[in-house]
Amino acid sequence: MNGILSITTYAPLIGVAAILALRMFAKQDDPKTDNAARWIALATTLATFALSVIMVAGFRPGQTGFQFGEDNAWFAGLRYRMGVDGISVLFVLLTTFLMPLCIVASWRSITVRVVEYMIAFLVLESLVVGVFCALDLLVFYLFFEGQLIPMFLIIGIWGGKNRVYAAFKFFLYTLLGSVLMLAAILAMIGIAHTSSIPELMRHHFSSGVQTWLWLAFFASFAVKMPMWPVHTWLPDAHVEAPTAGSVILAGILLKMGGYGFMRFSLPMFPQASWEFAPLIFALSAIAIVYTSLVAFRQTDMKKLIAYSSVAHMGFVTMGIFSGTVQGEQGALFQMLSHGVISGALFLCVGVVYDRMHTREIAFYGGVVNRMPIYAAVFMLFTMGNVGLPGTSGFVGEILTLTGVYGASTWTAIVAASGMILSAVYALTLYRRVVFGEMTNPALATIGDMERREMLTFLPLIAATLYLGLHPVVIFHVTDASARVLANTFQAANAAIGFRQ
Amino acid sequence: MIAASPVALAGPELVLVASALVLLIWGAFQKTPTLVFTGAAVLALIAAAVVAATGPLGVAFHGGLIADQGSAFAKVVIYLASAIAAPLGTRWFADRGIVRFEYPILIIIAALGMGMMVSAGDLISLYVSIELQSLALYILAAFQNNVAVGVPADGKSSEAGLKYFVLGALSSGILLYGASLVYGFAGSTRFADIAVAMSHGAGGGALFGLVFLICGIGFKVSAAPFHMWTPDVYEGAPTPVVGFFAGAPKLAAMVLLARLLSEGFGGAVFQWRQILVAMALISVAVGAFAGLVQSDLKRLWAYSSIASIGYALVGLAAGGVVGIQSMLMFMVLYVIDVTGFFACLAALTRGGKPMQTLDDFAGLARERPALAVAMTFFALSGLGMPPFSGLWGKYYVFKAALIAGLAPAVVIALVGSVVAAFYYLKLIRRMWFDTASGPTDPPRRSGSVVAYACAAFAFPGVLIAVTWIDPAAKLAAMALALR
Repeated sequence: MNGILSITTYAPLIGVAAILALRMFAKQDDPKTDNAARWIALATTLATFALSVIMVAGFRPGQTGFQFGEDNAWFAGLRYRMGVDGISVLFVLLTTFLMPLCIVASWRSITVRVVEYMIAFLVLESLVVGVFCALDLLVFYLFFEGQLIPMFLIIGIWGGKNRVYAAFKFFLYTLLGSVLMLAAILAMIGIAHTSSIPELMRHHFSSGVQTWLWLAFFASFAVKMPMWPVHTWLPDAHVEAPTAGSVILAGILLKMGGYGFMRFSLPMFPQASWEFAPLIFALSAIAIVYTSLVAFRQTDMKKLIAYSSVAHMGFVTMGIFSGTVQGEQGALFQMLSHGVISGALFLCVGVVYDRMHTREIAFYGGVVNRMPIYAAVFMLFTMGNVGLPGTSGFVGEILTLTGVYGASTWTAIVAASGMILSAVYALTLYRRVVFGEMTNPALATIGDMERREMLTFLPLIAATLYLGLHPVVIFHVTDASARVLANTFQAANAAIGFRQ
Repeated sequence: MIAASPVALAGPELVLVASALVLLIWGAFQKTPTLVFTGAAVLALIAAAVVAATGPLGVAFHGGLIADQGSAFAKVVIYLASAIAAPLGTRWFADRGIVRFEYPILIIIAALGMGMMVSAGDLISLYVSIELQSLALYILAAFQNNVAVGVPADGKSSEAGLKYFVLGALSSGILLYGASLVYGFAGSTRFADIAVAMSHGAGGGALFGLVFLICGIGFKVSAAPFHMWTPDVYEGAPTPVVGFFAGAPKLAAMVLLARLLSEGFGGAVFQWRQILVAMALISVAVGAFAGLVQSDLKRLWAYSSIASIGYALVGLAAGGVVGIQSMLMFMVLYVIDVTGFFACLAALTRGGKPMQTLDDFAGLARERPALAVAMTFFALSGLGMPPFSGLWGKYYVFKAALIAGLAPAVVIALVGSVVAAFYYLKLIRRMWFDTASGPTDPPRRSGSVVAYACAAFAFPGVLIAVTWIDPAAKLAAMALALR
């Protein structure tokens, strides 16, 4: 199975080539061309999903270290390295799982420049998969930074009223973080004389250097995650992005921050991670409480879910920097589960937005009368967002809290209140949209979900419940790598006298 | 080593001189440049590039002319860039009713001057070669000004030419003053002798002269704070000419600076490094912040090029083989980008008028998707986004600077690139997010072909091409650094 990672990464580009070829021979804005582009994109994303399923099926869970490795000479001493371990493999699956759903969700809602839209999504998929497969610093940077371009276009071209502002804010915030990371990457290559991630994990950076490198990587991942107080780009980007764009943003792009912390900060700069852990704990706790309260006050459905994403990512950062096995496992699980649930919630908003073209919470009310199936689906994901036992949202939060409790009890106590606050805002949103009297006459004709929409939600419902009831499937894959991550982190710090 | 004869060492220069003279006589009889005439000029430039790449290496005219790997590398790039500029400009002027055979000849003479710049091993040849290429460029800047054939004069072009000339003359004066100081204190005009004199304590005075030399060359590469002429000249000069002198001449001047600093003043690296770093950071800052308020695309790209020179100077400040190599890599990729970008501008018109302001480009992605993609590539490349060529240039430069311990400069330069990102994004936004104000004319073939070729180089060509450029630049840097 050598080369499967590259094949999965670049498979979407075949779809891009096909759409481009189609575009050359067809008229612009011809509905037939648009439809063909949709089908090609769907087929490509499904094929990519199939490829990644094959890849995951061939993944040996018990093994530590990287699998399906690729290592080819590139230029000027650089190498093209790919590989996955228990931390990254499921993110690849999550990406390829969400992508076809995004394409289906955009089937009717995107009507202008469909060809470009599908190309942007396929390129984005390729780049995101590449981020999780890259095992070379520079290759990682290429993918990580490159995905700004399609996302910028997706928000800017197909976004809402304030799309230009949101697209610029998204791009510039993220870019500022990433250029600092680029400086750190170049410095690491200069110091360690290698850009291989596995080798860098074994390299010991002196403590002063670690501090600077850690801060540079932190700048990038904290913006991406996003952590309080650099989260302000996220609500804007979410509100303006088209539904599928929000799904990808919340479902996958945010996870690259957490993935980065686990892949770089913790294993490569253990000492700095240890020293900065209190900072992370404080920021995470603030994020959980503060953004939950902010979410409660929102009048826009998407904005509310965006703020709740920031709060949920607080659990992730906290779990990662606890440096315990439960913390790592919980953070990984929380990211995967949040990828599914938040993606589904944005799709839920998209369902009513496509019908009414507004996301104002006050506009709605009592839609359960007209949309019973929608109400049931929305309920499930709201519960998942709250972290109800039985849904996947519960497992990640409880595990990260357990992990953090040992490292910083106060953080765990403050963060636990976030679970209550999340119930407050999520259930309030649900009550105000779904229940109550249907007073708005505009809603009188709103129709329930159609078959295409139900088809989109089905896999998400299945994933949420399955992961909630049977979380072992995830832990089975992540266990070995998470354990190594936590243990080497503890050992590296124990060696210099830091002990829990 | 068998010493090659001076004639053989000056091979590329002789090819260019001979062809310029022949073309001049030919043109005097023929009056209007035909396809064959322009083709001959292109062939002459390509022939010179081949001679430069394959010719013997050595030193001629008592150090006045050095033919080494460094000069060969730079000459190939310069001559090829000129070979693109000659037909591109001829077609562009022909579209506007300006038909003069002097254009390709002036390009050849400018190329000759640039080639001599990268070969200069002596303050005299340094000055003569800079003047030769400058004079040709002054005329080219004012070229869109042809009363004789009945085309109304474009005042802006004349203004650009005059401005360029006056400020260029001033910088030449500064350069000459610096050269005389260096000669006075070191007792020789040869770089090699200056280095010997420096090691025997010619210190202070010669360094004082070096500052003036750096200022003079800073003018030519439009590094801040000597950049004032750049936006005005770029705005007024004919578009394909801007594409030409935003690229190759800057590479030539940077190589000249590299040779002067490492051969003549290699021992004083810690003195001149401070000057270069200061110039580099001011350039990056000026390029980033002043570019934010520009609405004219040619002015905008003038500031973009100022910032780019700043990055190249960061690489040069790193010094040594790694630093010079990074500067060469950066400049080569930059020359290709800037050539392609101005080719896009040259290809496009809206209702017969050139598209110059940002607003002119609204909705281009709908109307001319291919050219819009090409321009997006150049903008992203200038921004330093992966995987476009601009990132690789920055990769080399910043890596070299970090190895040389210039970490604060790297961080400042990178933050500057985030500020500059705003105006590149503004261009992309206009093309992709906004709707068109009116139909554009069919793009000119000559411009769009060059634009597509350069865009294909920016991505994905660069990923393959660097595998060849990298070792060549390394050899060149070794020749420039270790003498």
